[in-house]
Amino acid sequence: MVNLHSEVRKNKRDSNIVLILFFVFSAILFGIATLLFTYQDIMQGKYDLFLLIYFGILTIVVLYIFYFISNGDKMILKITDAKKATKKDFPFLYHSVEALSLAAGMKTTPKCYVIKDTALNAFATGFKPENSYIVVTTGLIDKLNKQELEGVLAHEMSHILNQDIKINLYIAGLMGVFTLVGTFFYYAMFTHSGRNDDGKMKIAFFGLWILFSVIGVFFATLFRLKLSRQREYLADSNGALLTRYPEGLASALEKIKGDPDPLVDKANKATAHLFISTPFRKKKVSFFGNLFATHPPIDLRIAKLRGKKK
Amino acid sequence: METYLIVILVILGVITLWAIFGYNAFVRLRNEVENSWSQIDVQLKRRTDLIPNLINTVKGYAKHEKGTFEEVTKARTAMINAGGNVAATAEAENMLTGALKSIFAVAEAYPDLKANQNFMQLQEELSGTENKVAATRQYYNDTVMEYNTKLESFPSNLIAGMFNFKEKDLFEIPESEKAVPKVEF
Repeated sequence: MVNLHSEVRKNKRDSNIVLILFFVFSAILFGIATLLFTYQDIMQGKYDLFLLIYFGILTIVVLYIFYFISNGDKMILKITDAKKATKKDFPFLYHSVEALSLAAGMKTTPKCYVIKDTALNAFATGFKPENSYIVVTTGLIDKLNKQELEGVLAHEMSHILNQDIKINLYIAGLMGVFTLVGTFFYYAMFTHSGRNDDGKMKIAFFGLWILFSVIGVFFATLFRLKLSRQREYLADSNGALLTRYPEGLASALEKIKGDPDPLVDKANKATAHLFISTPFRKKKVSFFGNLFATHPPIDLRIAKLRGKKK
Repeated sequence: METYLIVILVILGVITLWAIFGYNAFVRLRNEVENSWSQIDVQLKRRTDLIPNLINTVKGYAKHEKGTFEEVTKARTAMINAGGNVAATAEAENMLTGALKSIFAVAEAYPDLKANQNFMQLQEELSGTENKVAATRQYYNDTVMEYNTKLESFPSNLIAGMFNFKEKDLFEIPESEKAVPKVEF
């Protein structure tokens, strides 16, 4: 039988590998860009400008990402207007989260927050398991029974354990830098005078702008969404492992599926991936529909949970 | 240096590294088991601490139910005495759960007691604590399983034998207690 503890260790390891690969890929991209930018100097054997710009970019990246680290996880609480849930007002929620964190062997219990909304949805945030938050809507607490609510809470707890929030924030941060760098090249393209090199640099800048702002962001987005979908399945199965009762979450997803209003107001594209079920319910079916979804289709998730034999 | 000497050294190096990693893994797993046991302890203690208050509250309304009180007190003592022994704790925990069920069954006959704020709060705390005992128990058993599996598997069992790592007990209900209670009307 699979063990949650070893599963989580494996997932954390995979998360770190994904992050390292992403950083390496970005570093190579920045390296190529800087190379092209300073190729005239390099042709002459002068590497100073290259090193200056390259490490300048890397410093910007690190600073930008630390901005996300220090604010990203709590920002979402403010955006969604989540309020701290007290043991007195929400005893079952409080006790359940504590019990689940004990069953997962966590050193500290995530803090409970609620959003006053009739929609059925939930999310987790927090960079480290030691400093994490689980947020549910009051609608969810009202409409779900105890096992269903526990299933949802276990799913969110798995996101925290697998460090999905951290991975997502890092990738979002890096993508922000891509766009920043791309914009830099966009302006460079216009302001650079093409007199000295027959406009070759202008073309190079144009190419780099396309590379970062268009191609880079496009593929990074696809990658990020694929990762997000995969992590949703993972959270489903790890959550089921935690409660030893996959039907709880399956049944909860059925109810969530039937919910006509999944919190469209307070969610936006930046926060969609955090929720347990996609907060956008446009019935528009497009060819790219599944590629750009943050969550796998609900029916598939339910089927997987029910197909799972312990 | 001769090629075969280099090969032997490399092999020895690899074996040593494997032994080091294996040993450290065992240390980590064993500590995880001991840590998760202490988590159960914390919850069990929470539960035993709630009991005197519970008994006093119930006594205020149902003085004559002496037998039930004795049952609970006896179970509580057994719990405290079980100490770190896994099997003894499992048995005492089972006894305590049964005794608590009796108290709450008794309380059903006293509507004033059931409406008492203190009693309701205690009931909720106990219920929450019992869920947590179950949760810490589940985690403990998970860590024991991981540890024992590594202990018994080849080739890590070689390291276990070398450094004297012992198998750990699962926290389970003894067979005798698994009997389904007969409900008689």
